[in-house]
Amino acid sequence: MAEQVMLPDPAMPDPPSFDGWTCPLPLRDHPTVVMGHGGGGQMSAELIEHLFVPAFSNPLLAGLTDSAVVTLGGAHLAFSTDSFVVQPLFFPGGSIGDLAVNGTVNDLAMSGAQPAYLSCGFILEEGVELSVVGRIAKDLGTAAELAGVIVATGDTKVVDTGHGDGVYINTAGIGLVRDGVDIRPQRAAAGDVVIISGMIGVHGIAIMSVREGISFGTEVVSDCAPLNGLVAAMLDTTPDLHVLRDPTRGGVATSLNEIAKAAGVGIELTERNLPIPETVANACSFLGLDPLYVANEGKLLAIVARDQADELLATMRAHPLGADAAVIGECVPDHPGMVVTKTAFGATRVVDTPIGEQLPRIC
Amino acid sequence: MKYLAEFSDPELAKRLVDQIHATVTRPWAMMEVCGGQTHTIVRHGIDQLLPDGVEMIHGPGCPVCVTPLEIIDKALEIASQPGVIFCSFGDMLRVPGSGRDLFRIKSEGGDVRVVYSPLDALNLARENPDKQVVFFGIGFETTAPPNAMTVYQAKKLGIENFSLLVSHVRVPPAIEAIMQSPNCRVQAFLAAGHVCSVMGVEEYPELTEKYKVPIVVTGFEPLDILAGILRTVIQLENGEHTLENAYRRAVRDEGNPAAKAMLADVFESTDRAWRGIGMIPQSGWRLSERYREYDAEYRFQVRDIKTLESTVCRSGEVLQGHIKPHECEAFGTLCTPRNPLGATMVSSEGACAAYYLYRRLQTPAASSATSAENKEVSSVG
Repeated sequence: MAEQVMLPDPAMPDPPSFDGWTCPLPLRDHPTVVMGHGGGGQMSAELIEHLFVPAFSNPLLAGLTDSAVVTLGGAHLAFSTDSFVVQPLFFPGGSIGDLAVNGTVNDLAMSGAQPAYLSCGFILEEGVELSVVGRIAKDLGTAAELAGVIVATGDTKVVDTGHGDGVYINTAGIGLVRDGVDIRPQRAAAGDVVIISGMIGVHGIAIMSVREGISFGTEVVSDCAPLNGLVAAMLDTTPDLHVLRDPTRGGVATSLNEIAKAAGVGIELTERNLPIPETVANACSFLGLDPLYVANEGKLLAIVARDQADELLATMRAHPLGADAAVIGECVPDHPGMVVTKTAFGATRVVDTPIGEQLPRIC
Repeated sequence: MKYLAEFSDPELAKRLVDQIHATVTRPWAMMEVCGGQTHTIVRHGIDQLLPDGVEMIHGPGCPVCVTPLEIIDKALEIASQPGVIFCSFGDMLRVPGSGRDLFRIKSEGGDVRVVYSPLDALNLARENPDKQVVFFGIGFETTAPPNAMTVYQAKKLGIENFSLLVSHVRVPPAIEAIMQSPNCRVQAFLAAGHVCSVMGVEEYPELTEKYKVPIVVTGFEPLDILAGILRTVIQLENGEHTLENAYRRAVRDEGNPAAKAMLADVFESTDRAWRGIGMIPQSGWRLSERYREYDAEYRFQVRDIKTLESTVCRSGEVLQGHIKPHECEAFGTLCTPRNPLGATMVSSEGACAAYYLYRRLQTPAASSATSAENKEVSSVG
């Protein structure tokens, strides 16, 4: 019997090979500012720590908190500034005028201060309709009245067409810190409880839905609000609050990472306890985003000793801006400087600081 | 969106996990093809719930990860030209080419924009007739139909200032390449459900037969993944190797005929280089001759691209399942999301990034990554 001859199969390609395959060099140098430097994540932190802090070198800056607490004439003052470059200028639930007040008011409140006076600097682009500026100014005035602060001083500049984005606003503010109140990220301690004042991710998704023209079924309205009233009620109940933080840019994840690193504690979240509205969950799922990293403008994180948590939670829930307050985690001695979350299925994952801005995924 | 909560139900998940444990009697290694599935597995810790010995190998199904460096460099070159509006999905902006990324081009004055649909780019072309609008068309069979539709519309409407920079790839040739790899350890595949929702399942039975591997079409929510794994281990334990569809709410056997017709009209098969794997014959699409004028590579005549590459990154082996991300010497030290050596660390769907972000507590090499990162040379320091 003739031996069967095996013919080569011309259709069969050679097995793939790694020979010669390499991948990109790291991006270690950014000679220019990129958008990631403003995203509130690691790149923002590097810019501040390596470029600005050495230039301004003073002990008050060392804490890198949203507001500085200074003693002046015997009074404990909180002092803060914030700039607002949001697009669009008007969005469901507010405008850049509301943000300009509430942003600085909330930064002061997170030091335990009662905000009192604001400054307001407008940078206007040539060509912007005065009616738009008027609407924003009216919103700003109304927001100040609601927050119980006075816009005591201001400034206006105009830049050439194309050199601005319509309207930029900077506000600075001062407020009085109660005697005996000591709120700093460094005070977080193992055993403390982490509380969020309400639903997360709302502001970021509201802005995105308008900016990108994406509808998520029902309109998502920004949670932009002044938190000083809620903080005052919390301090009435719990003067020994350890940490307060409003999780704006970079969301809850970024704020908690900053706290964990500053205090040298670990933070462990329980994913199932995170209050996330269905619309935000859906939008994030659709876009490939994580609600933990989405901006909030009317929420606060509170860290408090375990034996005071129940009373504080009850106080928060009794306030309109804390009705959905929830315990979302605890500070632990393990993995200092790191935030982890227990997933709904009982596994664990790390919740890291984002590098720059969170980007929608391709698929 | 419906079913988001339903397909993340912890009680149902536990029942599926219990069934998987009850089924498995020996070690198995299976590959989830799609980066979106990898993301779900690691984000929810699904791999931590599986029996010892059941290994999930993360496949090459992240379009960002497998886009060749040469194409990214071409994108950077085109985006930096005056008069160009360069549009891309978000996560491509951070992928480094040879020393730069699209963010950098933007910071240097390039008009780079994130869009959510290629049709947004077409609208930009209509609104900016004095500009050349280019869309970065990458991805698998999932993202190809809308890109094809956009080019079709551009031609139909006579919008001549729009073009597509194409780097589309296909799943079945990648599965074939992985199975032919000399060191292949993959015993079964979870196929990418969204790819199959477009293409159907007809390309897969031939692969199950040829390589004697089960292939289970799987979705992306946690319960989808667990159901896919369960069906896969049942087949493996029974010595079977058939195609199963575990994602019937989205995938019909025939796929989406209209989308396939659009693909057949606008694209044609081509050999395509995959980062980490190399050239795979007939594994990609390019614009067909009739639409060639909309191909950005032809329109911009991008030449003399010289890629600069790292020699320590092992993401090619990660992409083929030969090593886990943390087994690469550079993982978490030289290579982090902040300073990625390879695209698998850049993309949020990349296996290395997923491990770095979610699994540092379990990976010794990366547990010190935080302190290592603090010692990195800062770009602003």
